[in-house]
Amino acid sequence: MNRQAIERILRRVPRENAFYFFTSIGNYTGENAASLEEFLEKLKTVNSKSLEFHLYRGDFERWIAETLEDKELAERIGKIRSSSLLGEKIRERLYSIVKERHRELKGFF
Amino acid sequence: MKIKNGSIVLDDVDLNILEALQENAKQTYTEIGRKLGIAHSTVYDRIRKMETYGIIKKYTTIIDIERIGLKNVTAVMTIFTDPKQSEKVARKISEFPQVLEVYTSLSEELLIIAKVVADDQESLHSFIANQVAPLPGVLRIRTSIVTKKFKEGIFPLSGNSISKVKFINSRFKIGEEINE
Repeated sequence: MNRQAIERILRRVPRENAFYFFTSIGNYTGENAASLEEFLEKLKTVNSKSLEFHLYRGDFERWIAETLEDKELAERIGKIRSSSLLGEKIRERLYSIVKERHRELKGFF
Repeated sequence: MKIKNGSIVLDDVDLNILEALQENAKQTYTEIGRKLGIAHSTVYDRIRKMETYGIIKKYTTIIDIERIGLKNVTAVMTIFTDPKQSEKVARKISEFPQVLEVYTSLSEELLIIAKVVADDQESLHSFIANQVAPLPGVLRIRTSIVTKKFKEGIFPLSGNSISKVKFINSRFKIGEEINE
């Protein structure tokens, strides 16, 4: 992976391309993340219902693959879906996967 | 209808004509005149004036979407906003064709209430997530999906305490009694 690709994944995206956390259809929590670092931070505190909602819709994978352009992380997150986790278990797993990936990417520099 | 000190004042005849049009806008001037006991030329003159002054905004058709087989989702969005930005948010939201009505309300926080339609729940969510949530000033959103509609009405002119309706600088002021 080249430096340019990593910088692209770690960049801050414009407001309209940020990830907006919802708990169900149309119910926006007020939390959003415009970078991988911010996303990682929000995973610590956002309502666990929101994590369930987005995980099983594939929203996290889609945003990470299409907006941040990190296909590797999107695939890793996709694997959590098959484990049928709920609530706080999702938080723990998701946080650990994203944190690990964030550390890997930062480690390239 | 009279113009008094720069204000437009509607009388009972105007209000009765408006009420008749609200009931059925396809009625002829003669039919309205007959019902109200006035000449069709009076009905014509009053309607023309009310159109000219923007009291009658437009004539439209209410379609029963379900009957023509168009499945859709109606929802009521409550948008909590930063008070400094709420006017801007309300204006921006009003520009979207899928937003049918927009109101602001002051309760404990400043809210925007909007009625939205979409083809299905997924397009509703996509609209709110991609178009509404990112607007500067939007703090959070609560959305209720309508499951059954019991009534959809229009502003009732009859049986209302308004005996006369006053317009100032062409801006509607409802509920203002004119003392002559």
